[in-house]
Amino acid sequence: MRSDSKHATAKPVIKVRDLVAGYGEEVILKDLNFDVLEGEIFVILGGSGCGKSTLLKHLIGLCPPMAGSITINDLALTDEQNLQRVLRQCGILFQSGALFGSMTLAENVALPLQEYTDLPQTHIDTLVRMKLALVNLAGYEHHLPAEISGGMKKRAGLARAMALNPQILFFDEPSAGLDPISSAELDQLILHLNKTLGTTMIIVTHELDSIYTVADRIIMLDKRAKGIIAAGDPAHLRENSQNSYVRQFFNREPSPHKTGLE
Amino acid sequence: MPSSLSSVTPPARCRIQVNRDQPGSLFVALAGHLDELSAPQVINDFVALLNKEKVPQLFLDLAGVEYIDDFGVAVLVGFVTSVSARNGRLRMENIPEGVAEMLDRHRFNDLCQPEITTTKRKRTDSITNLGIFTLGAFSSLRHSLIFLGDTCLSLLRVCSHPRLLRGNDTLLFMKKVGVDALPIVALISFLLGLIMAFMSSVQLAQFGANIYVASLVSLSMTRELGPIMTAILVAGRSGSAFAAEIGTMKISEEVDALFTMGIDPHVFLVMPRLIATVLVMPLLTLFSDLFAILGGLLVGVSMLDLTFNGYIAQTISTLDLFDVFWGFGKAVIFALLISWTGCLRGFQVEGGAAGVGRATTSAVVSSIFLIILSDSLLVVMLRYWEG
Ligand SMILES: Nc1ncnc2c1ncn2[C@@H]1O[C@H](COP(=O)(O)OP(=O)(O)OP(=O)(O)O)[C@@H](O)[C@H]1O
Ligand SMILES: [Mg+2]
Repeated sequence: MRSDSKHATAKPVIKVRDLVAGYGEEVILKDLNFDVLEGEIFVILGGSGCGKSTLLKHLIGLCPPMAGSITINDLALTDEQNLQRVLRQCGILFQSGALFGSMTLAENVALPLQEYTDLPQTHIDTLVRMKLALVNLAGYEHHLPAEISGGMKKRAGLARAMALNPQILFFDEPSAGLDPISSAELDQLILHLNKTLGTTMIIVTHELDSIYTVADRIIMLDKRAKGIIAAGDPAHLRENSQNSYVRQFFNREPSPHKTGLE
Repeated sequence: MPSSLSSVTPPARCRIQVNRDQPGSLFVALAGHLDELSAPQVINDFVALLNKEKVPQLFLDLAGVEYIDDFGVAVLVGFVTSVSARNGRLRMENIPEGVAEMLDRHRFNDLCQPEITTTKRKRTDSITNLGIFTLGAFSSLRHSLIFLGDTCLSLLRVCSHPRLLRGNDTLLFMKKVGVDALPIVALISFLLGLIMAFMSSVQLAQFGANIYVASLVSLSMTRELGPIMTAILVAGRSGSAFAAEIGTMKISEEVDALFTMGIDPHVFLVMPRLIATVLVMPLLTLFSDLFAILGGLLVGVSMLDLTFNGYIAQTISTLDLFDVFWGFGKAVIFALLISWTGCLRGFQVEGGAAGVGRATTSAVVSSIFLIILSDSLLVVMLRYWEG
């Protein structure tokens, strides 16, 4: 567990107010209200299919909210120009990596650097090597995404997401598909970026270990409630939550009277 | 350390200062924030400095650097490599602790070495490329033959066990390939009939042989143009779609999933498409013939002073049943070629989205080529057959 004191004075970077999220007519999440503070590691938890990826897509403006508002750095995401400015400050790791299949890993990582900075190509190449080395992919610069494993795609996607040292990083299940060692190293990388660059991170994950290591604050979503059922500090929630689902989640207990997934 | 990059005012710029102390050596001091924002400026200044001064030995004093991020590290790497590219030497001095830590973390010394990757894509000369191309062509040919064999085998299996065929899929493809294509096939054939009648009448009218417009339109459409036009349209609409669908399934490992479930991908994916195309193509061709004759009729009646009955009678007397069935036969052959090529290209997809694009293009191009090629062969065959 990590100390909360460092955020005593932090201002909110992302504000979510009365958000209703969904696809078409179907409401997936409703009445969401929360802030993400500057420099904090904010973890979104919940069972499979409860709408974590959906929430993330709304936070980065890929889906327009059905109701309510989202602001990042006090800019509303509904405006196309605002969205462009906000996304320049954000790095996003998609659940599947979303690398461009026709480009090598180095080209994938170099793309945001080429688009957004005035650096000469040699410096971009050096930066790409550094970014790929950070995620333990040194030597794979000239591989195509089709030629590497699933976990490696994830890590390469992470390298691309953090290419520009963004102010806010969004991760959809960064450690899914990684072995325990890589996953622990990823946690260290997250903490390092958070500490040195003050990067705000919004992470969707299921890894309990990694939650205890990195999370400053968590919210837990639930499919039946279609909203937040718990929010706060992970260790505190595990010990003190009134909600049986939350306790079950933290203690890895199966649902009583059920054999399969819901 | 800046709390975040969001701060509205950029951090203090980085300064390069030159103190020339000894001859033959250049003393340069860096101070300030060496990060993403200051990097381009610092690089420009440094390159300008190097171009101006031709000094072999360069001392870089980092004592004043308050903050460095990985962009800054890349800048320093650039300094070292560009100085050594000019046969000089660069030494860094007074490195503050934070900077040293950052350099260590990114293995600064390794970064200054030229890239060593074991798997770098090899650059090849033209002879090697020719070899690679030839081998590729052969292996693609081999793959096509294997695929042809597989298709024939699964066709046999489906014929002997019709229940293996996925009926609903087949019906769906019949709709997609046939019903959905009908409007465009009808429109294009109608216009084609119109144009043919109009153009031929210009010549035939000189001999007062207007009535032969009907013969010309009906015979050329049923024997040649009807099947070919239909085939080209179907290749463009459906052959490409087959390649794209199967190709996408291939790269997202859906084809592998089918295989591991013990389902033959050929029976599951190829057969419904092939059979549906073979069933609907003759019908589409028939419609194409009819609409072309209609187009010719319109020109004949409205511009060439032919009567409706006269035109129809001439058409009927020109055509015999053999011509119509010959057109059907061609349509079946073209259908086989189109669906087979489309599926083959789909199964050959490798890589990602670009691979699917290539497969789609190549499905259309190779089916049209095969259509024209086989049509030429059939024309020659027919000529000898009829004596
Ligand atoms: N594009 C879509 N259109 C309609 N409904 C969708 C779409 N994507 C997801 N859903 C629905 O939204 C719900 C939440 O999906 P989401 O992908 O957000 O789940 P998740 O919490 O990320 O799950 P997981 O942990 O398995 O990734 C699901 O019930 C799903 O059926
Ligand atoms: Mg998800």
